[in-house]
Amino acid sequence: MHISRFGSVASRHKVQLGAALSAVALAVTGLAVPNATAAPKPITIGISVSLSGDFSGDGKATQQGYKIWATWQNAHGGILGRPVVLKFLSDASSPTQVVTNYQKFITSDKVDFVLGPYSTKLTKPASDIANRYHYVMLEGIGGGPSVFSRGLKNVFDVSASATYQLVTYAKWLAATQKPQPIAYATMDDPFIQPMVDFAKAYLDKKGFTEAVYKVYPAETTDFSPIASAVAASGAKIAILGTMPPDGYAMIQNFIQAKYNPEQLILASGPDQGADFTKSVGVTNTEGIMVPNTWIPTSNYPGNKDMVALYIKTYGGDINSINADVPEAFAAGQVLAQAVNKVGSTSNVKLQAYLHSGAKFTSVQGPVQFAADGENSGAAPYVFQWQKGQYVPVLPLGGPDKVSPIETLRPAWGTTPGM
Amino acid sequence: MLVLQAIIEGVLVGGFYALMAAGLTLVFGVMDIVNFAIGALIVLGAYLSYSLTIHFHLDPFVSLIFTTPLMTALGMFIYVFLIKPIKTNKVVMSLLTMFAVATLIEGILDICYNSGFVQIHASYINNSLRIGKLNFPLIYVLSFLLSAFLLSCLYFVTYRTKFGRALRASMQNPVAARLVGIDTDRVSMITLGIGIGLAAIGGMIFGTTNAFNASSSYDIISRLLVIVILGGFGSVGGALVAAIFMLVIQDVVAVVWSPVWGSTAFYMILMVVLLVRPQGLFGKKGVRAQ
Repeated sequence: MHISRFGSVASRHKVQLGAALSAVALAVTGLAVPNATAAPKPITIGISVSLSGDFSGDGKATQQGYKIWATWQNAHGGILGRPVVLKFLSDASSPTQVVTNYQKFITSDKVDFVLGPYSTKLTKPASDIANRYHYVMLEGIGGGPSVFSRGLKNVFDVSASATYQLVTYAKWLAATQKPQPIAYATMDDPFIQPMVDFAKAYLDKKGFTEAVYKVYPAETTDFSPIASAVAASGAKIAILGTMPPDGYAMIQNFIQAKYNPEQLILASGPDQGADFTKSVGVTNTEGIMVPNTWIPTSNYPGNKDMVALYIKTYGGDINSINADVPEAFAAGQVLAQAVNKVGSTSNVKLQAYLHSGAKFTSVQGPVQFAADGENSGAAPYVFQWQKGQYVPVLPLGGPDKVSPIETLRPAWGTTPGM
Repeated sequence: MLVLQAIIEGVLVGGFYALMAAGLTLVFGVMDIVNFAIGALIVLGAYLSYSLTIHFHLDPFVSLIFTTPLMTALGMFIYVFLIKPIKTNKVVMSLLTMFAVATLIEGILDICYNSGFVQIHASYINNSLRIGKLNFPLIYVLSFLLSAFLLSCLYFVTYRTKFGRALRASMQNPVAARLVGIDTDRVSMITLGIGIGLAAIGGMIFGTTNAFNASSSYDIISRLLVIVILGGFGSVGGALVAAIFMLVIQDVVAVVWSPVWGSTAFYMILMVVLLVRPQGLFGKKGVRAQ
């Protein structure tokens, strides 16, 4: 038998037949021959979320925000005409695990983009890893000053940074009230403490004095001595840098100590909707304030869709939406706008574009990035509980309509109409 | 006056920390097990009381009539089905087992209750007694009284009953205890039941004074371990003294100086105590060295 360099005739026929069958099979399954009807390759985005540990409450709300954004974005054509697929890993609120998660997203899963985790504490190590691999990290819930003071060029916060969140209130206070002693207590946290410290520095300059200033560690579970110190100061205004459970415990301790400040503002906690009213009792909520970056009823692009989608997906009402939800949603919105503008999945081009001074829209309002990655276009709001409703009261003269602020809180347990 | 207030609050809060730590120290004393699940079990106890107050409108203290036996039975179940079957490397394996139990409980609670914070309520929880300028939050006073009563009962059971003798014998020398006919398995099962039953009570108190979710256990476990180490493993009285000592130190430093230094001051004292008495304030040296 003649053996050519292509093999025997019989075997050549077998090869041809096999090749033809393979081509048909591949064409049928759509793997070999791309055509106009083939589904476009998805844009994959890796996000580490805290589904257990200290941040689990906020971590889950963060995940909800991202999920709703992906649903909304896909209903609006995805990114670059491609569907968005989110990949989540839980970091258990651990700065070590969050590093592992982003390393896996980038080096193993080879995702197109990453979005930020919950908290300043986790955003710092996460953005370091992203920076190492030249990935952009857009985020909405890691705005502590220490995130932006490290000279990283890849991290961008779509929300108002921590530094300015209580300043809206401080400016109003200085403009409308005579200088007086103020009681401060804050958690030792890279996001929370700068909020209080920056407001305090502003008020100090305006002649307000410090009645008491207490910093407590994050692992504190007994708040009675801190609350006692604040109560003993007798200050009529109290500014507290609290996470939700601390704030609830502090309010309980104030009630027990019969300390009834005329104005009480907490860094977080009163923004947690039903969790807040259930924990402290709705009759104790009157007049309590909290800074926030989002107005639930605003007309900013996508907001009404987001609210409707949230209620449809997770139930509840507009007041039960955790502030982390719009913060995560906004990060996704800005990513989509920027990538669509850049026209590619290149993180290097994306980073350059985000630094170009371009303006974006989000459910929280306008976004424009300063050189350090902070959102210089954000305008933080202040909300107040009034008659069991969570309403925006500051800033005055801003783009959104706000309710008149209650300057004198009533006694505990006497919410009007409750 | 503020310092006196801090001392009072330290004593009152220290009382229920002592109760939670008593279960941990007893279990270690009898079984050589560091019950790593104690934090999760306390949170479970808090959720059980919370559910009974929400769905059946029971008073939190009344809810203990149901939750304490339930948690005690859970403790016995854990012993019979998870701890007792361990035949080799019992200390390490039981530690891992309890860690797994904690993770399982946290996961189940997270699914059942979501991760939002809740708090147990009753009409009197925000009330307080006032004597002069001193303030006594009613819930802390009630919790302290309950804790003092239960710790007294625990002391009575340990030192004045037949079971208590068996328990102490098992703590001192389990091999010898078995040789003289003590059923150390039964003693261990009941001890773990008591330890976890106390977690139900501690959980209710924790849930009335703190907003909590399934992940709140992490802040509890570290404190309880420190209390047990300072008091001496196996000593209920040591747990009481250490808990009150820790809370008073932390609270006084918090009001006089800063809450950040409260824990540091306590840990510095703990280091000095352990240098002088490595077995803790009331622990017995070499008692487990058989």
